[in-house]
Amino acid sequence: MNEQLETYFAVTQLHARYASVVDAIDWDAWCELFVDDCVYRIQPRENYERGFPLATLSFTSKGMLKDRAYGIRETLFHDPYYQRHVIGAPLILSSTEDRITCESSYAVFRTKLSELSTVFNVGRYIDEIVRTDEGLKFKSRQCVYDSEMIPNSIIYPI
Amino acid sequence: MQSAESVAPERRQSSAPLTWFEDGTSRIPFRVYTEPESHQRELERFFYKNHWCYVGLEAEIPNVGDFKRTAIGERSVVMSRAEDGSVQVFENVCAHRGMQFCRERHGNRKDFVCPYHQWSYSLKGDLQGVPFIRGVKQDGKVNGGMPPDFKKEEHGLTKLRVATRGGVVFATFDHAMESFEDFVGEAVLHYFDRMFNGRTLKILGYNRQRIPGNWKLMQENIKDPYHPGLLHTWFVTFGLWRADNKSELKMDRHFRHASMISTRGNAQTANEVSKVSSFKQTMQLHDARFLDIVPEAWWNGPTAVMTTLFPSVILQQQVNSVSTRHIQPRGNGEFDFVWTHFGYDDDTPEMTERRLRQSNLFGPAGFVSADDGEVIELSQKGFEQKPEHRALAELGGRDVGDTDHMVTETLIRGMYAYWRKVMDE
Ligand code: FES
Ligand SMILES: [Fe+2]
Repeated sequence: MNEQLETYFAVTQLHARYASVVDAIDWDAWCELFVDDCVYRIQPRENYERGFPLATLSFTSKGMLKDRAYGIRETLFHDPYYQRHVIGAPLILSSTEDRITCESSYAVFRTKLSELSTVFNVGRYIDEIVRTDEGLKFKSRQCVYDSEMIPNSIIYPI
Repeated sequence: MQSAESVAPERRQSSAPLTWFEDGTSRIPFRVYTEPESHQRELERFFYKNHWCYVGLEAEIPNVGDFKRTAIGERSVVMSRAEDGSVQVFENVCAHRGMQFCRERHGNRKDFVCPYHQWSYSLKGDLQGVPFIRGVKQDGKVNGGMPPDFKKEEHGLTKLRVATRGGVVFATFDHAMESFEDFVGEAVLHYFDRMFNGRTLKILGYNRQRIPGNWKLMQENIKDPYHPGLLHTWFVTFGLWRADNKSELKMDRHFRHASMISTRGNAQTANEVSKVSSFKQTMQLHDARFLDIVPEAWWNGPTAVMTTLFPSVILQQQVNSVSTRHIQPRGNGEFDFVWTHFGYDDDTPEMTERRLRQSNLFGPAGFVSADDGEVIELSQKGFEQKPEHRALAELGGRDVGDTDHMVTETLIRGMYAYWRKVMDE
């Protein structure tokens, strides 16, 4: 039981850390939550459930995450906004010495300057987490979102 | 008491006529984007009459009974595959009392049944079953039933005329329409056929975004070769957009449709040519696979062809990424934009991977498309606050015509020349 609790605690901390860095617009820290050979995807639930491979964003290396970070910082024009994550308790699906699989619900709120806060994107994280010397890291994070319509665009990582 | 000054501006906004400043269309009144009444006329004249509108790809409904719910303008329609293999499109409004009966977005059915009173329709939209049509027998007496002269044949769903070409499905409420081929015209049809050359398509998936701006702004965006090298600095930074790209702009004879055709140049370093200040020549991707471009035989040269079919769809080929982008208006100030990415039957697994990887560049979060939605939203905000003003589209002159370069807004002028004709303005 102790081990299970420890795992649960470590996973919730990783999730909280994730929320903290993406909501603080700290893209370098976001990249470092992943191992080099990683997957990060934001995919409509429709595609996920119908077996269509297309994702809204689909990255398959930490290099791609860094390229996204660069794009957000330097090349993508967008209306400025804050985002705020609320992540539900993780359901641990499996846990071994070196890896954990789990899933959890999330909601992301968006607040544009001079505007009210709105629900931006809601869905489910499907995670594969590995234990490394520097603690838990994402091997894979899939954001499968229910939100049928993207309110114009997604710039920041979900 | 309300003062005259406080009501005047509002009256001016809602009832002043649209003003075109001169004969041409290089000055576009903001009111074309802000007037609900003008929007209704656009729906009638562009989406519901005299135009073939996009509904989908045949590959979305490969089997008998497959269907997809979608929209033409602001009217919900269903595209289905009938028993004889034909593609059918009918309006999603029950012939009985008007319920929008089809709620799933896709699926497979033997027939369509409206839940309210169980009227049932064939895959072609013909009325098949009407409960209690002959009434109900009770104590030797027949109660109710439809009148004796009620004919099921007269109460099918509203059927649309359908045109398919190269696996793409278009439909129209207007049964007197010219053929799809005449509608598109030879010049643009050439680029349509290039992309849809008879190979079976393979659906890769969808992206859906709701953009708070007038629907025409998306047509304009893809008729505007002025912005990509300036707004989409990612394109420039990583060498995908160069002002020395060999390019051509071609329109149909009405100037409503257009193709922007470009072939990547490989001459000098990019900043010598583009003079774009934000260009960072030393920038390299951490993961070059985003731009792992492999030329395909069907391109016949051009590396990117963006085709606008007025009013409803954009056909995208940007290197190995191909998609349709469906415009579905929702009032004058908003539209849904639905992306269907696809590949071809004979794609290798590597090519499918490549198309998927390059799709990161496009779509609602794409490196070079997310900002299109953003500027459209902010343009609409500008129009709303100053509806009596106008936009300027004079790059490359004030006339309209095909060109062999990208330094022009001629396609936008062309689109509004057509718009003015159809809207009688
Ligand atoms: S409204 Fe459809 S059956 Fe009555
Ligand atoms: Fe663009």
